[in-house]
Amino acid sequence: MDLITLGVQLLNAVQYGAVLFLVASGLTLVFGILGVINLAHGAFYMLGAYLAYWITLMTGSFVVALLGGVLVAFIAGILLETVFVRLLYGRDHLAQVLLSFGLILVIDEIRQLLFGKDVHAVAPPAWLSGSIQLTDNLSYPVYRLAICVFCLMAALVIFFVIARTKIGMIVRAGSENREMARVLGIKFDRVNRYVFAAGIALAALGGILIAPISTVFPGMGDGMLILSFVVVVLGGIGSVAGAAVGALLIGLTDTFGKVFFPSVSSILIYVVMAAVLLWRPSGILGRQDA
Amino acid sequence: MTTKGFLRPVTRRAMLSGTAGAATFIATSPLHSPAIAQNAPLKVGMMLPYTGTYAKLGQFIDDGFRLYVEQKGGKLGGRDIAFVQVDDESKPEAATDNMNRLVGREKADVVVGTVHSGVAMAMVKVARDTKTLLIIPNAGANDATGPACAPNIFRTSFSNWQSTYPMGKVMADAGIKNVVTITWRYTAGAEMIGAFAENFTKNGGKIVADLTVPFPEVEFQALITQIAQLKPDAVFSFFAGGGAVKFVKDYAAAGLNKTIPLYGAGFLTDGTIEAQGEAAKGIRTTLHYADNLDNPANLAFLKAFKAKTGKDGDIYAVQGYDGAALLDIGLTAVGGDFNARDKMIAAMGAAKINSPRGPLSFNKAHNPIQNIYLREVRNGRNEMISIAQADVDDPARGCKMT
Repeated sequence: MDLITLGVQLLNAVQYGAVLFLVASGLTLVFGILGVINLAHGAFYMLGAYLAYWITLMTGSFVVALLGGVLVAFIAGILLETVFVRLLYGRDHLAQVLLSFGLILVIDEIRQLLFGKDVHAVAPPAWLSGSIQLTDNLSYPVYRLAICVFCLMAALVIFFVIARTKIGMIVRAGSENREMARVLGIKFDRVNRYVFAAGIALAALGGILIAPISTVFPGMGDGMLILSFVVVVLGGIGSVAGAAVGALLIGLTDTFGKVFFPSVSSILIYVVMAAVLLWRPSGILGRQDA
Repeated sequence: MTTKGFLRPVTRRAMLSGTAGAATFIATSPLHSPAIAQNAPLKVGMMLPYTGTYAKLGQFIDDGFRLYVEQKGGKLGGRDIAFVQVDDESKPEAATDNMNRLVGREKADVVVGTVHSGVAMAMVKVARDTKTLLIIPNAGANDATGPACAPNIFRTSFSNWQSTYPMGKVMADAGIKNVVTITWRYTAGAEMIGAFAENFTKNGGKIVADLTVPFPEVEFQALITQIAQLKPDAVFSFFAGGGAVKFVKDYAAAGLNKTIPLYGAGFLTDGTIEAQGEAAKGIRTTLHYADNLDNPANLAFLKAFKAKTGKDGDIYAVQGYDGAALLDIGLTAVGGDFNARDKMIAAMGAAKINSPRGPLSFNKAHNPIQNIYLREVRNGRNEMISIAQADVDDPARGCKMT
């Protein structure tokens, strides 16, 4: 493999990791801070992609779809938290798994009713639809580069909110010691609601961003859900920075696994996960005492 | 409570219900079913994916089958047809139970299904054990009309081997020497790529690399980069559904379609062409159908299908339609008497159907003998260029009809 091809493959890995991070960061927030296992995370990823398709079709603008899709997902998240998810806090994981699995079925059925069973494509915004010539016969879509940049910015925003704002402080306090935070008079319930909604919105955002380079199809969330859990467990549950590291690691493993070890590439990311968990049972950036 | 007092009544009751159960089982088993009055409707069990990734395919097969029955006034061979429907969800793990339910509890005389090969193979097993008449309207697993073939099992679609074998010669004849193949790593992928490679290398071509992605993963970027580096004369691929759309779009987005022409199994551009848009332009594939076949049977079929469903018919609808036509031929031969099985199966095996896809007959393993068309994506349709190979007959390797 020559140096340019290696560079392109590296770019592929980073771009794949960037999208994985976006989706997994939502999962790790909800999982780490609310202690809720949300199996429906992948379903919201799918819903985001379908919203991107539908809003782009209606308005002709991908940017509107991006904003609108995230907004719809955020509102849906707030409603779901208010009606269902708040009943789950402190319950055992079985109850959470049952509810969120039920949500998958409901969301799938809603998707069926609203958008049907067809496979759809979404056009990227015109100013991002070109491509850059990398080698004599390979060009790289600008939109894929834009995803990298966008995900990087999203990551910075998430880190800023968690590390530098009041709501981030409450979130951190809550994930450290929920009871103590509550004793100190912090309105924890409202924060929970926003964290859950933000988690859902991040899943949808991932789906919206991937829609133009992927396709929009039923069941697209299933694979993403499993990968997101791998990333979350790998990086350390509840750690956004861990999700970033985990996502990058999975992106690299998957890309170079396909190139160098095609026959075992499907299990390679799980081998990596097992190896990392043997070395650090709570994940790369997880708290080891937990 | 003593063990003795507890045991006695239960044992007696269990004996009774056990006997009754066994009697019911014998009565319902198709092997021993008493002669059904000829005017009772024949029960057709539709075991298809009505939800999930293949839901649309399942619906079209169902619509196609019912269209034919409606055209015959709700009767096949003079016999009323009743339907019972099971959603197989394309889940192989539930397939045996679903099939047993159709054959056992629902007492289906004939089962039609399905799309997913893994599910179909489980159905084939049950059909072999219970001797239920099975018509496969899509699944292309070579084994179903290969080692697992049986007199009571018919296929109205294709074998994986059959659909891509002709492309090997087409591409070699076009002067293509070096080809990279790419597919999902699962049975259908291996069979389609294998048949192509068999014919391509026989005609002097060379497979430079055989790339695979785990099923049903859709992240192709790493392999597309690899194709650019290998610089073959052409790429031959098999993907279906969402994966096919994404692969074709990724391939075009990487600019490879300008220098390395993309060829594929027909499913690469069937039912997916609208979502693929411009990216699919110029892709050449082989299949037993094309969107612009202008034989009278196809024109009439498309018109009737549109009138019934409001949708444009496709190959899946044709496969369902021909399934009903095949059953019609069998039932007509015996005057609707389903118990004259051997005669009925012989008539079905010898059937010559004027299908919308072109002339359709069956080989000794009950797999279709049919034309395979070379198509190119033009004007957002799979338009026929030529007949890649006429009357393609699957070799039915490993089939011992008993």
